Amino acid sequence: MPRMTMIEAIRSAMDVAMGRDEAVVVFGEDVGYFGGVFRCTAGLQQKYGRSRCFDTPISELGIVGVAIGMAAYGLKPCIEIQFADYVYPAYDQIVSEAARLRYRSAGQFTCPIVIRMPTGGGIFGGQTHSQSPEALFTHVSGLKVVVPSNPRDAKGLLIAAIEDPDPVIFLEPKRLYNGPFDGHHDRPVTPWSKHPAGEVADGHYTVPLGKAEIRRAGSAVTVLAYGTMVYVAQAAAEERGIDAEIIDLRTLLPLDLDAITASVKKTGRCVVLHEATLTSGFGAELAALVQEHCFWHLEAPVQRVTGWDTPYPHAQEWDYFPGPRRVGEALAAAMEA
Amino acid sequence: MDERPRLSLNVPEPEVRPGDTPDSSRVVIPRAGTVPRPPVDVDPKEIRDLAYSIIRVLDREGEAVGPWAGTLTDEEVAAGLRHMMTLRAFDARMVTAQRQGKTSFYMQHMGEEAVSCAFRMALEDGDMNFPTYRQAGLLIAGGYPMVDMMNQIFSNEADPLKGRQLPIMYSAKDHGFFSISGNLGTQFVQAVGWAMASAIRNDHRISVGWIGDGSTAESDFHAALVFASTYRAPVVLNIVNNQWAISTFQGIARGGSGTFAARGLGFGVPALRVDGNDYLAVHAVAKWAVERARRNLGPTLIEHVTYRVGAHSTSDDPSAYRPKTESDAWPLGDPVIRLTNHLIRCGIWSEERHKQAEAEVMDTVIAAQKEAERHGTLHAGGKPSVRDMFEGVYAEMPPHLRR
Ligand SMILES: Cc1ncc(C[n+]2csc(CCOP(=O)(O)OP(=O)(O)O)c2C)c(N)n1
Ligand SMILES: [Mg+2]
Repeated sequence: MPRMTMIEAIRSAMDVAMGRDEAVVVFGEDVGYFGGVFRCTAGLQQKYGRSRCFDTPISELGIVGVAIGMAAYGLKPCIEIQFADYVYPAYDQIVSEAARLRYRSAGQFTCPIVIRMPTGGGIFGGQTHSQSPEALFTHVSGLKVVVPSNPRDAKGLLIAAIEDPDPVIFLEPKRLYNGPFDGHHDRPVTPWSKHPAGEVADGHYTVPLGKAEIRRAGSAVTVLAYGTMVYVAQAAAEERGIDAEIIDLRTLLPLDLDAITASVKKTGRCVVLHEATLTSGFGAELAALVQEHCFWHLEAPVQRVTGWDTPYPHAQEWDYFPGPRRVGEALAAAMEA
Repeated sequence: MDERPRLSLNVPEPEVRPGDTPDSSRVVIPRAGTVPRPPVDVDPKEIRDLAYSIIRVLDREGEAVGPWAGTLTDEEVAAGLRHMMTLRAFDARMVTAQRQGKTSFYMQHMGEEAVSCAFRMALEDGDMNFPTYRQAGLLIAGGYPMVDMMNQIFSNEADPLKGRQLPIMYSAKDHGFFSISGNLGTQFVQAVGWAMASAIRNDHRISVGWIGDGSTAESDFHAALVFASTYRAPVVLNIVNNQWAISTFQGIARGGSGTFAARGLGFGVPALRVDGNDYLAVHAVAKWAVERARRNLGPTLIEHVTYRVGAHSTSDDPSAYRPKTESDAWPLGDPVIRLTNHLIRCGIWSEERHKQAEAEVMDTVIAAQKEAERHGTLHAGGKPSVRDMFEGVYAEMPPHLRR
């Protein structure tokens, strides 16, 4: 099977989708001729022409707004916001328009668009290249939210998202583009070519939205994670010798509650991880659900390890990022309680 | 069957891409000295042409000609040259420092030095700039210490912004320099608000907004123009058209409007285009617009026509999307060379003097860098504290951050 980085897998997903369905169009800032600042759309303009893959003016509102209009016509835009940190000018179009179109028009108009954007920190990108805004989207009824953690999933999930009849926010952890970064910033990262999940089939396949995957089976404590934090959790569990069950949520909305409750009922302990800030983060939703559905099975309070409630700093990146040390401490605390 | 021609999508493309030979004849450039200089209280309707021309002072021989010439003394021009040379040397050192891992990121000004350096000389202390990341000339020409800029770039223990911001996203309130945002366009409309505040308080101070060609597509740009127009805000709104927005050529943001300056016309805002590689022209136009603002005559939109010679940032390689020779073919030349030739022609400068000045400037920059590095670089030496990360989110740290 071919080996792909996450970038190549994402590109392959769009290639496959565009090849199968003429309604799929791809656009965004620097997306056309150049192929995107992370090169996720490289070659698509040459292959499918300028009408189906093109550069846009720097207007995130414009990018999302025209995508909604195209979807109303019957196209399936898969658009790129250069960094998740730049999605805010489009927030009104996403929240008030894309998310509600089906509902408010009683199904006359729908919005099958995918909004891709690199998310997360770990690249010394400061506050405008590092944020994790997933909770701003999971809070909005009508949106689906996906965060892949490896090339194979990224491709299958992206094809599923493009084929989905509703708007999907597709957050790509940029620190995982080239390899499974585990938070040990002082060590080299294994490239995807040396990782089993870097084996990606060439053609069409999907990974269903709404299905989590157990990355490490264990019996001591359940770890709920997505994106980069999946690998941080693996490193922390390994280093602490804790038999954690690590669940990669993959889709935050719709959420695979069955996978979560089955695991927490088995382990009786739960640690929730994300890079995003703590307060009103998606971890709060996860902790609440675990409490509602697994209360009588819990042996310890649910722990959360997240970014701090500050803007994302530059120099203090590794003090901010919830790395293996902080995650390991939470695992140990969950075990002791 | 419908026999009418079918619709098709228009997607603009630059005339040349890697492998093609750049053709500078496509840029229509009026001769220096030919564009009239209207009085500052002119009715905007009468100067609509200026949005489609290019105001230029320095001719090919280095002579300052025409009605826009003569706004600076020889000494001031020589100082201006030194500012541009300093900015260029500063950039060269910091690009190298980034390659050496002393910082994570840098953005240079190569080719655009005249725009911010000359504009600064038309402002007074107390005025406020709302810059993008490509106007460090405002700081250099305004006398802001280079070592403080470098401390910010290195995110070290002496970083005035405490390690919180991406390198080059300076903030220098006392030097009329608003905190730079990484989110494009946001500052443009804020500049209008600052100017409105000055008007509300019957002050004398004015503000200056800055935006790149690509970023004019953001809604903030259009909001800025409508507010400036409605409240006749004392603001100068600058578009730096360096032809590129990362890999995207200016035609994508400009669309069918001919020029960026022309965007002002629909708002009734006087709009001027200036040769952004001509230090004297930039200064003259800036002075005109600043006077308009200060005399409560309202906003001006200026398009500085220039060229981004270097990469977009240290994360970019332009050879993937434009011909390598495009910058050599750029018809407006190099701002430093053009001003140098002018000073030589005036008899107050020489090749020899220039070489000497280059060495002096580099020495000053290196001395500042040595001093900054004593306070640390991104991964070595003195660092801002972890406390700095938690402070300043609010005036008073709330309980949930103190835990
Ligand atoms: C809201 C927002 N969208 C996208 C970006 C990413 N980005 C950074 S610089 C840039 C190009 C800007 O081009 P231009 O406005 O012409 O300024 P220049 O870099 O040429 O000075 C882009 C797209 C951003 N920083 N903010
Ligand atoms: Mg530009």
